[in-house]
Amino acid sequence: MRSVQALAVAVLSVLTISDVSRAAEPKSGGIFRIYHRDSPGSASIHEGATYSMNIPFMPIFNNLVIFDQHIAQNSADTIRPELAESWAWSGDNKTLTFKLRKDVKWHDGKPFTAADVKCTFDMLMGKSQQKFRQNPRKSWYDQVDEVTTNGDYEASFKLKRPQPALLSLLASGYSPVYPCHVSPAEMRTKPVGTGPFKFVEFKANESIKLTKNPDYFKKGLPYLDGIEFTIIPNRSTAILGFVSGKFDMTFPTEVSIPLLKDVKSQDPKAVCVVEPNNVSTNIIINSSAPPFDNLDIRRALALALDRKAFIQIMFEGQGDIGGTMEPAPDGLWAMPKDMLEQIPGYGPDIEKNRDEARKLMQKAGYGPDKHLQIKVSTRNIAVYRDPAIILIDQIKSIYIDAELDVVDTAQWFPKIARKDYSLGLNLTGNAVDEPDQSFYENYACGSERNYTNYCNKDIEKLFDQQSEETNLDKRKKLVWEIDKKLQEDVARPIIFHARTGTCWKPYVKNVTIMSNSSYNGYRYEDVWLDK
Amino acid sequence: MFAYIVRRLFLMLVTLFGISVIIFVLLRVVPGNIVDILFDAAGFVDPADKANLERELGLSQPIVIQYLHWIGGLLHGDLGYSYVSEKPALEEILPRIPITARLAGLALLFSASIGIPLGVISAVHQGSKLDYALRVVSLSGLSLPSFWLGLLILMASVSLFGTMPIFNPNPKTWLEALTIYAVPAMAVGFRSAALTMRITRSSMLEILRQDYIRTARAKGASEASVNYHHALKNAVLPVITVIGIEAAFLIGGLIVTETVFNIPGIARFLVEALRWRDYPIVQNLVMFIAVVVVVVNFIVDMLYAAIDPRIRFGD
Repeated sequence: MRSVQALAVAVLSVLTISDVSRAAEPKSGGIFRIYHRDSPGSASIHEGATYSMNIPFMPIFNNLVIFDQHIAQNSADTIRPELAESWAWSGDNKTLTFKLRKDVKWHDGKPFTAADVKCTFDMLMGKSQQKFRQNPRKSWYDQVDEVTTNGDYEASFKLKRPQPALLSLLASGYSPVYPCHVSPAEMRTKPVGTGPFKFVEFKANESIKLTKNPDYFKKGLPYLDGIEFTIIPNRSTAILGFVSGKFDMTFPTEVSIPLLKDVKSQDPKAVCVVEPNNVSTNIIINSSAPPFDNLDIRRALALALDRKAFIQIMFEGQGDIGGTMEPAPDGLWAMPKDMLEQIPGYGPDIEKNRDEARKLMQKAGYGPDKHLQIKVSTRNIAVYRDPAIILIDQIKSIYIDAELDVVDTAQWFPKIARKDYSLGLNLTGNAVDEPDQSFYENYACGSERNYTNYCNKDIEKLFDQQSEETNLDKRKKLVWEIDKKLQEDVARPIIFHARTGTCWKPYVKNVTIMSNSSYNGYRYEDVWLDK
Repeated sequence: MFAYIVRRLFLMLVTLFGISVIIFVLLRVVPGNIVDILFDAAGFVDPADKANLERELGLSQPIVIQYLHWIGGLLHGDLGYSYVSEKPALEEILPRIPITARLAGLALLFSASIGIPLGVISAVHQGSKLDYALRVVSLSGLSLPSFWLGLLILMASVSLFGTMPIFNPNPKTWLEALTIYAVPAMAVGFRSAALTMRITRSSMLEILRQDYIRTARAKGASEASVNYHHALKNAVLPVITVIGIEAAFLIGGLIVTETVFNIPGIARFLVEALRWRDYPIVQNLVMFIAVVVVVVNFIVDMLYAAIDPRIRFGD
């Protein structure tokens, strides 16, 4: 009897092992079906500033280098060559040279060469005849003096000063190489890339279809025959579609924590992950007009925040508190906890902070009998509105009576630009977990995304200092110091960093959701379906 | 009758001209345009880039020139280009029209084929349990928002059958093809059916009390003949009015239904185009809807005149 049992166990073990090995062996074929949350404005990644564009169109392209698609935390150590075979910094750290692959073809059959690299980055720097309709990341290349080529398969970025961050910026999903021979207008409607998937069609408000590139330079890839995105703006319909099996995966990082519970209860086999997405919810303050031209009132506001309450109410505790840079452990540049808690408003004793805030308000002439009346402006989107309502509730405790001012998306930026607001509730997404991107874009004097026109020349010197620093430890300390000063200056008080969910069916293999960016992990060249 | 038709056609043209002016002006009165939205989405603004794009899209021209340019194009069959997709507006709009037309047609068919017979039954059995039950059904139809009903149908479908009838451009079977239109049509048509039923019932009750109905019964006509031949024919006039109005209102209901069931028709497309301030799409779509409403009203007027000659002579 024992021997029979042993035999059965042995047979079962063999079966199980063979099953696992079968499952681990990638299978080719199948269409990967994902729902998309909205209709992207165009197909040109370089002209967009939303990951609604990166997700469907990133599989069409390649970068010079890319963050490893299967390591959730993007960092300099996870940068891998893609169109480049290798790269090297010059001795003075002012020239970054890429040796390019020689076996790459564009989807229309033309060969990829260094000229395409030069074209792409010249256009991004505004140096070419052809222009993008929009160029939202021009500032990423401010330190690039010129891009030069040496033959067909070598391209160099010559910098005005050392900028170690450049390589990380080039590894983002926002940095694909475009073909010289296709105009920006065509790239918006019929993009041509070198990537694992070719563009088939984009029907606005309906669907986006990609098909396998059989001539992809990585032999044997991609595994999928194609990817189909069905555009479903209604979140309930989309989630029901996923649960009923119409889709293999939800739109990445788009499932809220409460909805995640619904998905798991209706489809217990679904694989769901919750990751930070490097998007901070913050307050923008009009410090050029009363009442927030008064530093005491700005400080009182920062002291009144109960960040944990925001996270508890909105994400059932699944969010993070931090400064400008994404909090640890997923964020690479986060201040240590003890340093963070020294910043006014970040201490654990909320009542003590609010007592201090009330004293500052009284010093400014407000109190229990004289409340400050303001409006909190925000965009008419749930992820903006909900925290704005909690903010209004919290600042009541420091004698501020606020009214919610919901602004149509079309009017949001013009309103902020003409300073027609007191307080605004804002979201800031970071494409790369990299201080150069975050600091220069959002806090440098005169930068385009510095909505509040915050300008501190001393801090800006520190921006440059950290940007040039090649020693990682020294750079980190500088970044912490800058982040702390930005919070103490109440430049743009950070309330919290959100985490969001993504679910897929168990037969979907090789999907990795990045934990410190929502913009970089969608090449999908080795995703396969175990069906 | 000819003079009546000519008068109605002239009124149609005047109405359409008025609508074209109103649409055009209102769209430009609403703050923000496509350029604001594109640059807002990027969280970035370079005034020179903005001005360039406004010039490229013709938005910097005086409003009168923009209007004349649009109307001139429209009269030559040139609807312009979508600001967002950069494709010809006609190419964007045309494929969506049959989808919405099928959905609207089915919804109206559902509304009339359910609403009229049930209204007659309810009137004929006035005060009975059946009448009360049907009145409850009609009241619930008027009270349930179509988006809620749509979501309820989707949830029930997923729970009971493990699938859901959302749009598929290439249905594999005729049953799937029918389902993807019929279920949303029922969701959006339920309210119209309820309204049609209530109007039919009240109209029938009024007619059934008329002397000529009593005369018909006295002459020995069967109940079916009295109800459906004598009464319904005369009770149907206000019902046609309601169905005509509902056809126009249906677009509003379809916006929600097309969103919930993810149907790529013109109603949802219109909302998306409005969100992007895609003027060429919005202007032409609203004009198209206006033409449909005006034509439906014209047909209703003609039907009136055909059914009740007093209308054309009195007009």
